[in-house]
Amino acid sequence: MRARCVRTWLAAALALLSSLAIADDFDYGLQPRQVAADTWVVFGKPENFSRSNGGDIANTAFIVTGAGVVVIDTGPSKRYGQQLRAAIGRITTEPVVAVYLTHHHPDHALGNQSFKDVPIRALAGTIDGLREQGADFNSNLYRMTGDWMRGTEPLLPQEAVTAGEVTIGRHTLQLLALKGHTAADLAILDRSTGTLFSGIVFNGRTPATPNATISDWLSSLQQLQALQPARIVPAVGPVGDTAMLAHDADYLRWLDGSLRQAAAQGVDMAEALRLPIPARFDDFALLREEYQRSVAHLYPAIERASLGVAE
Amino acid sequence: MQWSAVALVCALAVPAAFAGEAVPPDPLDSVQWPAMVHKFFRDQRVVFDDAVQVIVPPAAEDSMNVPVSARVHGLPDVQEIIAFIDFNPIPGVLSLRPLQALPYIGFRVRVQQSTPIRVAARTADGVWHVGGAWVDAAGGGCTLPSAVASRVRDEDIGKVAARRWPLADGGQRLKLRIAHPNDTGLISGTPAFFVEELHVRDAGGRELASLALHEPIAESPLLTLEFPVAGALAISGRDNSATLIEARVE
Repeated sequence: MRARCVRTWLAAALALLSSLAIADDFDYGLQPRQVAADTWVVFGKPENFSRSNGGDIANTAFIVTGAGVVVIDTGPSKRYGQQLRAAIGRITTEPVVAVYLTHHHPDHALGNQSFKDVPIRALAGTIDGLREQGADFNSNLYRMTGDWMRGTEPLLPQEAVTAGEVTIGRHTLQLLALKGHTAADLAILDRSTGTLFSGIVFNGRTPATPNATISDWLSSLQQLQALQPARIVPAVGPVGDTAMLAHDADYLRWLDGSLRQAAAQGVDMAEALRLPIPARFDDFALLREEYQRSVAHLYPAIERASLGVAE
Repeated sequence: MQWSAVALVCALAVPAAFAGEAVPPDPLDSVQWPAMVHKFFRDQRVVFDDAVQVIVPPAAEDSMNVPVSARVHGLPDVQEIIAFIDFNPIPGVLSLRPLQALPYIGFRVRVQQSTPIRVAARTADGVWHVGGAWVDAAGGGCTLPSAVASRVRDEDIGKVAARRWPLADGGQRLKLRIAHPNDTGLISGTPAFFVEELHVRDAGGRELASLALHEPIAESPLLTLEFPVAGALAISGRDNSATLIEARVE
């Protein structure tokens, strides 16, 4: 009798504790904003992964084509994917008919599970990247955002796409196979609205370089400039015009140039963390923090080259 | 790199054994500090001193290759500089005897988790002057755990790449990199195999600096040292399997 009583109390205490623990309902509060005809963006926060943002740090988008909804990027978690679908359902009754991933980074591609009933399309290099790094990304996001990630695991896209055109309903999409932010970056120009969707463009947030090749990134930005899109939906930050391309390119050229110059002058890697950053990049969120990550990503190879080490 | 959980538990268990020792309170507030005092400074005087300036990143983006640089400002007669990492299963990183070198060193380490990284300088009066900072090893964003096999080819092991730069006041900076897997021995089936000893001499054979290196030093160690006098340098050393390391830096 007494044992049962203790068990009851324990159960009650546990229930109370767990209700406290899940006081947060893991609602990303996704609010699609219309940026062009049929075209909606769900804006991520210009922050790093955290327990307060649940990994919602990248933009996702969707196009209501008349022949179904095309989704661009699935967000950081299964929960985000589910909530994105629910948000789409509040805008249109059309079903989701296709998903395109801009690249394999976790904030763009870990919501895939919630779209497993529709074709998920990506460049072959994106599928490879997710195969190689998806599990590490996934565990990293569990560590950094916690229970927002519950049930999330990487799901590989089933369909590899190449550069070309695809027409879905009222919209003709030009797919561009780029690289530089990662080994495979898909950009999508919606010819019907002039809207460009790209994961390599950062607006108001410092470009992140964990898998970057700066020279490729710069030529990809040039290719996007040549398309003369009416508007750009960047990886993060507000929709805007092509000015953001030039600003990103300016930063990437400065980053690469100053790290090379520092290595040529014998600056130690830890000292490179403290190099001054020009004031013209002050509008980028996370500037010093992201710059310091870039030192970790880029300086070792630049420094080896400065010592004449053949790769 | 898979640090052994057993080794970590042992490291954490140490403080209880010497709870009675008097240690200065730790400005970095690390529970491992008493264990570090016991391990590195037993019976010696220890002071925390801003003269020892340590630069580390706030977060370890690549926990296999965390950059550290340390400079001792204005302390006379530095006999030895050591570096250690409170929460690593093997805390000791290196010991530099700056015989004719400036009290400065840059290096790269592996860190197991969020931890203080510390550098201590011993002056001729026997006092250890300690500086350091916390590194958050949870990283940020798309941190890639690069727990991959060493990329150093067997025929390259021990090869030195080095370069000298003049300092404004007539001295010089040396950067050197030694191709080496620098295995910690904490990965099952991979024995400890790392660069253990290095000496830097001038063209006349006079020893300028001597370094003892330990397991947490990153793969293919990259070290930065400074000397008050310019001129060609000779590097010699060995790993713990007695592979000889020899190079001249003209």
